[in-house]
Formats: sequence, C-alpha cells, structure tokens
Amino acid sequence: MAASGPSTPYVANKPKDIPTAEALRARIPGWGVDLDRKDRPSYPREIYDPEGTGAHWDYPDEQPDSEGRERSIEHGQLTPVFGTSVPLHGVSGSIRRYAYRYSEGRAAHWLLLLLGDRVEAWGAHASSFVTLRPDNPITETGVLSEGRRHGIASRLGKKRVDVNHQWIDPIVVAGPWVAASAGAVLAVRAITRRGRR
Amino acid sequence: MKAMVYRGPYKIRVEDKPMPKIEHPNDAIIKVTTAAICGSDLHLYHGLMPDTRIGHTFGHEFIGVVEEVGPSVQNLKRGDRVMVPFNIYCGSCYFCARGLYSNCHNVNPNATAVGGIYGYSHTTGGYDGGQAEFVRVPFADVGPTIIPDWMDSEDAVLLTDALATGYFGAQLGSIAEGDTVIVFGAGPVGLYAAKSSWLMGAGRVIVIDHLEYRLEKARTFAHAETFNFAEYDDIIVEMKRTTDFLGADVVIDAVGAEADGNFIQQVTGTKLKLQGGSPIALNWAIDSARKGGTVSVVGAYGPIFSAVKFGDALNKGLTLRMNQTPVKRQWPRLFEHIQNGYLKPNDIVTHRIPLEDIAEGYHMFSAKLDNCIKTLIIANPS
Repeated sequence: MAASGPSTPYVANKPKDIPTAEALRARIPGWGVDLDRKDRPSYPREIYDPEGTGAHWDYPDEQPDSEGRERSIEHGQLTPVFGTSVPLHGVSGSIRRYAYRYSEGRAAHWLLLLLGDRVEAWGAHASSFVTLRPDNPITETGVLSEGRRHGIASRLGKKRVDVNHQWIDPIVVAGPWVAASAGAVLAVRAITRRGRR
Repeated sequence: MKAMVYRGPYKIRVEDKPMPKIEHPNDAIIKVTTAAICGSDLHLYHGLMPDTRIGHTFGHEFIGVVEEVGPSVQNLKRGDRVMVPFNIYCGSCYFCARGLYSNCHNVNPNATAVGGIYGYSHTTGGYDGGQAEFVRVPFADVGPTIIPDWMDSEDAVLLTDALATGYFGAQLGSIAEGDTVIVFGAGPVGLYAAKSSWLMGAGRVIVIDHLEYRLEKARTFAHAETFNFAEYDDIIVEMKRTTDFLGADVVIDAVGAEADGNFIQQVTGTKLKLQGGSPIALNWAIDSARKGGTVSVVGAYGPIFSAVKFGDALNKGLTLRMNQTPVKRQWPRLFEHIQNGYLKPNDIVTHRIPLEDIAEGYHMFSAKLDNCIKTLIIANPS
C-alpha cells in the first residue's frame, strides 16, 4: 500500500508508532509485569472464597440499639452492622425519614435527602449563633489559605478552566445568608412602616 | 477527641467529639496517625452527596494504631499498627464471599446500591471517618491489615484508597499488550491509573487534565504523554488525531463528579446539584474510546441521574466497567510492586498538615492552590 493511501482505521492494520515490548520494558520500570490477567488481583471479577476474608461467622452478630434506625426499603432487613454518626433529628430528620419511604430508584428519595441536607445546614448555622461557638465563615471555609497558599499565583496565567466558575462558590456559600438578611431587613422595614401609620 | 466535622457545603471545622466506642463485638477503635483528603471527599465538602449530615466526620483514607478491640476480635490486638481499607465489609455476605468487598450487603442500611465507606455520608452507611484522632472500625478481623515493617507509613495510607483505586481502574480496562490508554484526570487516582496501565502492558498512556503542574507530574511520575484540554478547541478531535482517528482501546475516567471542561455541566452538576455531578469526563471517555473499546470508571459520581451520552456508548459497542474498589483484594500484588520498586506511592504527596488546619487543607485541595496533588493529615504525630 502506498504511504499516502488510507490508514487505520480505514484499513485493517493496527495503529503505527506503538513501541515494542523491549523498548517499553527498558523505559518503564515494571512494564508488563501484570500482562497476564491471572496476575491481576481483580481477575476474574468474582472468586468464591468465603474462607479467605477473615470472617469467622456465617452471619455477623447483630449490632444492638437498632430501634428506629432508618433503612432503604430496598433492603429486606436492617443490616446487622450500621453507622451511628449523627442520628436523625429535628425537621431535617423528619424530611430524611420521609425520603426513606421511597426506593433508591426514585428521584424523590434523593431530592428529599438533599432538601434535608439544606434544611439541616441552615438550621445548624442559625442555631450556632446562640452557642459559645458560632459558625465562622472565615475559618470554616478555609479561605485564609488563599493568602497562605498562593491563591493568586496558583491561578494567574495558568489556563485553568475552573477559574471561570469558581466565582460562583462564594455566592453558593454566602448567597442564602445575604438573601435571608435582606428579607429580614425588608420585613422589619415593612413592620416599622405599618406601625407609623 | 478532636475530629473534623462538616458544617454545611464548603464549611468544616475541628471540634471535640465523644470518643468512639465498641458498638459491635468485632469492632476496633483505631488511634489515627495519618489520614488523607481524597478527591471524592470534595463531593461531600461541596454538598453533592445526599444525606451528608451536619456533625459528620469525613475521612476514608487512614492508618493508625489499635487502641481497643471488641470481644470477638481474633486477628488484632492493642498496639498493632494497621492500615484500613476504605471499604467497610463483613466478609461473609453473598458479595463479600465472591470478592466484591466494596459491594457488601451487611453494612449499609441506607442504600443497597453502595456498600459501607468510612466518613462518606449516610448514603454509605453513616459511619464517622478517620479525619479524627480516633475512629470506630467495624469488622476488625476482615478489613484492617497490620502494616508490614518494611512499608513506609505514607505509602500505607495511600494504599487504603488512591493507589488501590488507580490500579483497579487500570484492571477494569482489561488492557492488552500494546493498547493505547487514555486517562482523564491527573489527580492521585489518575496518576496511579496511568502508572498501573504500564504494568499491564499498555503501549501508549495519555493523561488529560487542565492543571499544568499535575500534567508535569504525569510526565515524570507516570511516564505519560500529556494533553492540556484547555489548549485545544476540542480535546476529543485531538484524541482522535493522536490515535490515527481510531480512538483509544481503553479510556479511564479518574475524574468523577466534579469534572471541568463544560461550564453548563459544571454549574448544573456541581453548583446547583441538579445532576449526580458533572459527567463531562465520562462523556469525553465515551467519545474518545475506539469502537469496541473499554471505558473504565473509577471517578466517583453521586446517586442522582447525570446527563451521560449513553447512546454513543451503545452505538460504539463499548464495554463500560466500573465499581468502587475492593481495596484489600489489591494489596498483596501492590505490596509486591512496591517492594520491587515498580511503584513509589508517596511520590505524589505534596502537603502534610496537622488536623487543626484541615479547613484550609480542604480549601487548598478544592481550589487547587499551591500545586496541591495529595494532602496528608497528621492526626496523632508519633
């Protein structure tokens, strides 16, 4: 075939310019040591070996204090072991518990969980102001690292495409607070005006 | 004890929390010495993962020393130095018995689609994570392994997820000798996936990102050809051009839910949370694979729907392979590779910070400041 003629993939040849195994082995430490799939630890995908896991039970002991623990309705039972970080509580807990009425296949399940997340976050921020440790957006967002970790130099002239949306982050973080504050100011002004009449 | 806690999207702080306690006979309490921030932690940090609760402690990459064990624990004792895979798994369910440790059915009541993961929201079981001074480790006879004397502590913590996941991602590609492999993402997992692709006999390894300092690491650490997608009008056309218009035999998505490259997808996926993340990297992977090729997905995505170009995957006859990594299954072979000098995991560590500075650590990693690639958290300096 002429050099100027059609090339892969318009003909059956393999692509050109792939180095030989010898050249690759000389350049790359360990090249090809896992070439045989039998040497790859996840091949085949499933290997039946219940003795090899370290488990010395057919079914684990069940963790106590499981009453009220939420679970996916796609589970046939509560799992014998579960996490106990931050149990459901308050309004967000009610929203989340309601979300668990829907299967993982339903958008309602996930969207209600996200709603619960936001409601809990707003409530936690608001209630933090009546504690000895109110939320501090400066320290908690870590934004001081912009100065300590070369925030400007890390971005300027770097052709980073994430710079075109990073400006949205402060709006995502502070936006709800600005909106809530503006709403509170407007409400107070309206009440004051009504009082003057 | 001191622990990192989530305070809402983009906000975390260190608080005093009660010490974790033995809640099941096969639990252990581990005193964390070193933890790491993973790229997938950023999905929690940005509020992308449903059922991430205020007060939850993140962290699924950690090593430490056994502080206490439950009454049925046989394989560990107080004082043992252990590395803990990010998967929480029972070792005896249908899936664990077949080696699918990341798909365990006995540890996550909140969802059936995913197994248990430390510090990764209630969607993965509601377990506090290891970005803390102490952590509860369920099934202590199954997951944790005593760190070999010859192993560097930093290498050990990187084996708990990032290295194992990169290596697993290359395996999912079913790489054959001489294959062209494209890796999207030059973060820790992408770098390890690129490096691992050579071990499996790749003929070309190409890494794509938009952060030049990470591409430089891909060239030096992973011996890869690199392309900065920000420099091309259309990176897919460039990938076709560089593969003689064939496409790559194997493409690995090592980016996941927060991929850059399309403003609309970024805003709808990661800012407004209207998708389970931005699927740009996955769509690019589908586009740049050759017909009949394989796409391996180890970048993490949320459980909500994403706008993935599934029709192209169908029409190209692609094989799509993905999973959370069954970490411990990778360890014996990875230990060999480290001992033989084929892999030096901690070459990618750029920052080591105390637990108290973790909020700044997250921002630095999220905003990609100071040439950050991998940040380790020193929880209890030894």
